Amino acid sequence: MSKLLEVKDLKVSFNTYNGEVQAVRGVNFDLNKGETLAIVGESGSGKSVTSTTLMGLLPKPQGIIKSGQILFEGEDLVKKSVKEMQKIRGNDIAMVFQDPMSSLNPTMKVGNQIMEGLIKHQNMNRADAKKKATELLELVGIPQPDVRMNQYPHQFSGGMRQRVVIAIALACNPKLLIADEPTTALDVTIQAQILELMKKIQKETNSALIFITHDLGVVANVADRVAVMYAGKVVEVGTVDDIFYNPKHPYTWGLLGSMPTLDSAEEELYAIPGSPPDMLNPPKGDAFAPRNKFALEIDTVMEPPMFKVSDTHYAATWLLHEDAPKIEPPESVKRRMQGFSKMEGEQ
Amino acid sequence: MAEDKLLEVINLQKHFNVGRNKIVKAVDGVSFDILRGETFGLVGESGSGKSTTGRTIIRLYDATGGEVKFNGEDVHGKKSKQELLKFNRKMQMIFQDPSSSLNPRMTVLDIIAEGLDVHKLVKNDKERKERVEELLEIVGLNREHATRFPHEFSGGQRQRIGIARALAVEPEFIIADEPISALDVSIQAQVVNLLKRLQKERGLTYLFIAHDLSMVKYISDRIGVMYLGNLVELADSEELYNNPIHPYTKSLLSAIPLPDPEYERNRTRITYDPSVHDSSEEPEFREVSPRHWVRCTTKEFEQYKKDAAKK
Repeated sequence: MSKLLEVKDLKVSFNTYNGEVQAVRGVNFDLNKGETLAIVGESGSGKSVTSTTLMGLLPKPQGIIKSGQILFEGEDLVKKSVKEMQKIRGNDIAMVFQDPMSSLNPTMKVGNQIMEGLIKHQNMNRADAKKKATELLELVGIPQPDVRMNQYPHQFSGGMRQRVVIAIALACNPKLLIADEPTTALDVTIQAQILELMKKIQKETNSALIFITHDLGVVANVADRVAVMYAGKVVEVGTVDDIFYNPKHPYTWGLLGSMPTLDSAEEELYAIPGSPPDMLNPPKGDAFAPRNKFALEIDTVMEPPMFKVSDTHYAATWLLHEDAPKIEPPESVKRRMQGFSKMEGEQ
Repeated sequence: MAEDKLLEVINLQKHFNVGRNKIVKAVDGVSFDILRGETFGLVGESGSGKSTTGRTIIRLYDATGGEVKFNGEDVHGKKSKQELLKFNRKMQMIFQDPSSSLNPRMTVLDIIAEGLDVHKLVKNDKERKERVEELLEIVGLNREHATRFPHEFSGGQRQRIGIARALAVEPEFIIADEPISALDVSIQAQVVNLLKRLQKERGLTYLFIAHDLSMVKYISDRIGVMYLGNLVELADSEELYNNPIHPYTKSLLSAIPLPDPEYERNRTRITYDPSVHDSSEEPEFREVSPRHWVRCTTKEFEQYKKDAAKK
């Protein structure tokens, strides 16, 4: 597999009246063709800023890329001009936003909104674009596409609107699709339909997908690989099995432990104490240390590097250092690990 | 078993007139009981009427029809101010969005003390302040927070303020309408643990409305599933998850993504097709096995009874 996207040491800050907010503080990850990478984290962890930076949609002038590279097929997107980005955006890289109501133009017919990109990027004439747009609506599972083409967004339900947004994103066969919480505003049954649709389309078009969410259930459903973000950094990255069945970072433990499973009957959920750090003055050392009951002394002094767990699995915690004390993960996480090793034994 | 009913909802209806002689039947004949000290979960998709049910019970909406009995007394209908005050003190609500349910111009002290003032539960300012500070500590905030304004808090902290406000008048019954859906995963667990602890310490009864089914299962003793203004299934939470009978419940359960990749790879989703139902008569709510109720017709009832006994 060849690398489609490589993000190297990306740092993004926002200038505000209160000072500089360091939203993204050195993010590294890569993405192969046809692969799905899920980025998880709490609000304020920098996951959405990362994706808007990839799209070149960082608000100017307050948002600044401090350093780093975004290599898309070997070309650095950070260095591209606004004009050049306009050619890439919507064509090679497309995005599905969280709220389908506010990402569609309410005064424009749905068909025209899909045709817009086709006419602009693919130099299609209106008739061809119209034909292609109707096909796209059919592809995303909207019944009676001919009729629906001439309707306005308010005539669609939430799930149907999100399908339209996906159709727009897919119009130019992008190589990379970024979905920022695409199902958060939807009901569970609709969410399940949209996830199935996205997986099916990805298989057909072989585009890569970056899926941003805070819902670990959705991650388990769609992802090949997972990057866990905290305080503007990737703290753990691995395949979906690495992250769910063999998590190493205490923050990942907390995330997994704080979600009840359907067969869990514990008296109390494993909650991460406290709240995320203030990114105006990010703490020295490991940003998660103040909320981490397993924190070591070194955590308050020095930031942990990425430790290698396996070829696919890396985590940034001093607990993986050879001199660190052996620490047992919390019960609920341990049960997860045991359950999995049992399952593997049976196979 | 002698069941101690705290709240009885009998054939509750709430219709909204949306103009042009159109009526939306948001809640169309819902009946259930909530026992003292239990957590009753109400799940359903948006538009199923679960929030309207909660709001109608606490009289934020006037019911179109039906009865709500709290401790055996009817809550709805014409009431004197005194009677209303009495009910309002026993029943409180926690709202979904912690930023829009707190008045941005009031300090935390005034927000929490509003109930104390209305019900004249404190004699002087000193007592009022002490009581609020005590409440802040109960929900895991600091005494110093009393003088601050809501915008100075994070989402999870604001929800704690909302909980402190609900607790101020020492209610018996709290309606929590999606109290955690606006919060981050790690903060959700904190708030759920807090609600559980308070229930244990104070013997509270909850009506917990949510669409996050795994969290509802975790917190609730019994769960009711709503679909288009009707309750379609009601059972103990274990029973409902292990042995769902109504096709809609089955489809809803099969749609929840779980944080388990192995399970997700093997998951098959069931889609709900309302046309599978027998349309020969109006369905009713019937008990298919002890404590397990399903909305069905006579014909379906026989089938469901067999289904329920099989497992």
